[in-house]
Amino acid sequence: MSTTALPATAARVKRIPWSWLGILPFLIFSLLFLLLPAANLIVGAFQDPSGNFTFQNILNLAQPAIIRSYTLSLQISAASALGGLVIGFFLALATILGGLPRWVRPTLMTFSGVASQFAGVPLAFAFMATLGRTGLVTALLFTLFDLNIYRGGFNLLSFLGLTLTYLYFQIPLMVLVVSPALDGLKREWREAASILGATGLQYWRMIAFPILWPSLLGAFLLLFANAFGAIATAYALTGSSFNLVTILLYAQIRGDALHDPNLGYALALGMIVITGLSNGAYIWLASRSARWIR
Amino acid sequence: MKTTRFFPWLGFIVGAVYFLVPLIATFEFSLRMQRGVYSFKAYQVVLADPNFQASFSYSAVIALMTIIVGIALVVPTAYLVQLKLPRLRPVVEFMTLLPLVVPAIVIVFGYLRMYNSSSWLPLTGSARSTDLLLIFAYVTLALPYMYRSVDTALRTIDIRTLTEAAQSLGSSWPRILIQVILPNIRVGVLSGAFLTFAIVIGEFTMASLLNRPAFGPYMQLIGANRAYEPAALAVIAFAITWACMGLIQLVASFSPGQKR
Repeated sequence: MSTTALPATAARVKRIPWSWLGILPFLIFSLLFLLLPAANLIVGAFQDPSGNFTFQNILNLAQPAIIRSYTLSLQISAASALGGLVIGFFLALATILGGLPRWVRPTLMTFSGVASQFAGVPLAFAFMATLGRTGLVTALLFTLFDLNIYRGGFNLLSFLGLTLTYLYFQIPLMVLVVSPALDGLKREWREAASILGATGLQYWRMIAFPILWPSLLGAFLLLFANAFGAIATAYALTGSSFNLVTILLYAQIRGDALHDPNLGYALALGMIVITGLSNGAYIWLASRSARWIR
Repeated sequence: MKTTRFFPWLGFIVGAVYFLVPLIATFEFSLRMQRGVYSFKAYQVVLADPNFQASFSYSAVIALMTIIVGIALVVPTAYLVQLKLPRLRPVVEFMTLLPLVVPAIVIVFGYLRMYNSSSWLPLTGSARSTDLLLIFAYVTLALPYMYRSVDTALRTIDIRTLTEAAQSLGSSWPRILIQVILPNIRVGVLSGAFLTFAIVIGEFTMASLLNRPAFGPYMQLIGANRAYEPAALAVIAFAITWACMGLIQLVASFSPGQKR
């Protein structure tokens, strides 16, 4: 059906301006509350306090404290993304291709939907109650196996502790992201491969993995950016003592912790670049892998 | 075949344990407020706290406003992009994905720079206008989810025929949107709305940096100062998230033609 099937009277209404008018609120909103605020920070990152153009803020990012915070954020994001990727992949694989009963899959999917949104402050509380000094698992390990994990060097308020906490939303997110890709692996491919004499390993190495890798890489990048931009969980868990870049930025916004507003904009610009690159690559990879998932 | 089932089961069980143990531990912890006996004391204390009631209802109202503004913004846009302006699709999709690219803390940082009390549009100048700014901030946060669920729902119905039918019967554009399109995509709109609610109700960063008395900052404050109440709050927050997701599944199941 063509677009000209409107009644003749509609012709006097100028159609194109009307539809543009309808989309205008969205465009204005995006401009005012997404594009301009971000652009404003980016411009600020290249200005000195009196408004002149400078690269000094970017160069000033190379302070030990800022480098440390970026490094820690990158490490935690990479570790939790990698952990989420591997565990989530095998969990999805077990559920989708493992021949488990029918009820398993919808249960896992619903639960993943909830758990991937269960981030922020309450998640920190949950892990304090689980793996904190007086947490249930800490106590159980002590009474059952006489194992004091805190004496053994574990601390929830540490790299490992925060990574474990992040995994709680990273694994379910991975399950949600990778499931469509696993569904896209057609049974016929596996059958054809085994008829031609391929072993299970050969099938995975030569057929499944080459199809899956854009999805897997994309999922890693999505998980990475997801962890990199997070702050609430870490802040509620460790207060401002843990030197993540989001926590540093929070302190900067709150009370100019860096004693240089423009350096704060540069810090934010660095974050946009990192999450922008990884999410941009994710979106590109997702559209690339979409053709296998039909 | 039977031997190969072992590893899938193992994987599933390990996953289930990892997901369930923190929930059980949190629940158990929340019952420990009275020494030596399990009780719901922590919940009583939390629920009776006037600050809990105030911050929770504040966040609930903000979440509802976010949903209303979000729907008003997303539905006409997604509709027009699909019907009249397909060339704008890349632009609009880019905008709706932008909140995933720019972290929430950076977005709100931009607001504080752009809308501070000495700017051209001093939205942070008064409490009411800051509330408005917070609602807009949450709309951006929910935009990727809201747009996707509405856009998916629009694809499953024949909006062109519906629009032409309504037009030939003399409907105006607002009427077509509200009385024809909206009821047909209610499942998508509702799932977007519940997801928005789940995201907004306990959000910490934006509310805290805009200095609004929302539920997220309240929880953070309790977490820094109390022992057992935070566990009770975590259980409550998890129940809310669970309820929102359950409602999404429920509304989706009412409409067999539409997949989420």
